[in-house]
Amino acid sequence: MRVIEAVPGHEVLELNYPLVAEFLQRFLREELGWRGFHKAVVASSGGVDSALTVALAARALGPENVYTIFMPHAISRPESREHAELVAQTFGVHYEVVDITAMVEGYAQQVPGLSARRKGNVMARARTIVGFDKSEEYGALHLGTGNKTERLFGYYTWHDVADTGPINPLGDLYKTQVWGLAEHLGVPEVVRGKPPTADLEVGQTDESDLGIAYRRADVILEHYLKGYPDAYIVRMGYSEAEVERVKRLVNRTHWKRHLPAVAVVSTTAIHEFYLRPLDFRLG
Amino acid sequence: MIRHAVLQLKPQKGHLQANLEHLAATLRGLRQTEGRLPEVVVLPEAFLSAYFLQGGVREVALTQAELVEHTAALFSHLEWPGKLDMVVGFYEREGGTYYNAAAYLELGGRGLLNVHRKVFLPTYGVFDEERYLSRGSRVQAFDTRFGRVATLICEDFWHSATGMIAALDGAEILYVPSASPARGFAGSEPANVIRWKSLAQATAAEHGVYVVLSSLVGLEAGKGLAGGSVIAGPEGNLLGQAPVFEEAVLLGDIDLDRIPPIRYDNPLLADLESGLPLLWPDLERVLERGQGSRPRAAGQRVLLRERA
Repeated sequence: MRVIEAVPGHEVLELNYPLVAEFLQRFLREELGWRGFHKAVVASSGGVDSALTVALAARALGPENVYTIFMPHAISRPESREHAELVAQTFGVHYEVVDITAMVEGYAQQVPGLSARRKGNVMARARTIVGFDKSEEYGALHLGTGNKTERLFGYYTWHDVADTGPINPLGDLYKTQVWGLAEHLGVPEVVRGKPPTADLEVGQTDESDLGIAYRRADVILEHYLKGYPDAYIVRMGYSEAEVERVKRLVNRTHWKRHLPAVAVVSTTAIHEFYLRPLDFRLG
Repeated sequence: MIRHAVLQLKPQKGHLQANLEHLAATLRGLRQTEGRLPEVVVLPEAFLSAYFLQGGVREVALTQAELVEHTAALFSHLEWPGKLDMVVGFYEREGGTYYNAAAYLELGGRGLLNVHRKVFLPTYGVFDEERYLSRGSRVQAFDTRFGRVATLICEDFWHSATGMIAALDGAEILYVPSASPARGFAGSEPANVIRWKSLAQATAAEHGVYVVLSSLVGLEAGKGLAGGSVIAGPEGNLLGQAPVFEEAVLLGDIDLDRIPPIRYDNPLLADLESGLPLLWPDLERVLERGQGSRPRAAGQRVLLRERA
């Protein structure tokens, strides 16, 4: 008699990447389309998130309709520029460089004592200005590039260029899934394989800032968001400290994932009482 | 043989006239193709306005009279040879009450034959229907010029009880307009599409009925209505499937003469008719508020309303 053991059910982060790619391409076409656009601007940092966004946009819209802007500051790592160029070459999209050093340093000269952290935020928001302006120049929309992990951790500068894109194809993909999809779409290994960094301060890496590796954080996040108790996650091989760290990051940053709080004084307060989806329009 | 066309179309949000024109253009396109014209066309849930509207429901909902007027005007401009039956999902307004509804119309004939109001309003996860809509309270079969049928909308069909009532009421075709945002991208198709197929097959086979699922497509603020419409036959086979995410027309002939022999081989519906009354006391027992042996889960709603 054969004895067969069923596989226990479990959550999976691994996706059918061809299916996801097709869906995200459709997302870009349709969400741009009803807004009256067929071209996109991507702030290309040389990292995997913007590289994947470029790959998806090139497939969705045609490479001739994708404008990548690399926006270095004097402290940016040299390899960031090489990788941004490589991404543009790989996917055949437009590429240009707008150096933000003068923008940032012009401000820094007026505010003595600007810390590295503050200057990093200024850099991130200077890129927002350029992203929107280049969108206007090209009659395109600039795409958000923030992934689900960094969004959940609030690990980004509020209203930076990745956060402010009206359309974001990666926002529901954990970093682990970004890596998987990037590999499927041919993002160069040198871009996918390097340690992720916001590149806003010298020597900075995401995982040292966050205090946990993305691949471990993503499994914890998926189970936490689905309501599994801490003990369940710990039994899967994660430490209580890791679980606590992840929960703490998520729960300190809910405000960052919302529009600003508005003092409600009526029964027609927008998004509180008066509720319409963002694509609602009357014919 | 009843020629069906499932029109898996993408509506423009909140734009009734554009959606009627899109429907008319699709029907004109079908007239130009070779082969028999459809006698019944089946449109998705909320096709006339798109699905996710939040409070916008009250700005786009139609009364039954308005629906009849719009569809009659559409039909009169089509110059369609003979009658055309149509199942279409729309948000319905009756006085100050709003429903997620599906109409069955005999265009060029008797007009509006039936309106089903969705009973099971998903209000969890990405869904928020009961905040804006009232529940229907009936599942009823009705007679068309082709036979006895019933309409169920989306989550209605995820509860086997509704298909059971419709089949016991004599329905031989279940029309199921739906709007199902894609989620679960680990498998060969979105997980909800796979679930829909298995549901259609299981219900069709259990009761020996045809199931015609018409599933909305289009991106609605990032939520991708999945499509993947199907026609399932009374032995539980998938007779046809539309692609996911893109607009398509799924044509299929429904042969009601196949139902009796299939039910003869597999008389589950007759068994149900005989056995269900035996279970009635237990059904009453478990549904009676506070008397059920199963403890209510946290957050579970108590919705056992008396029907007037």
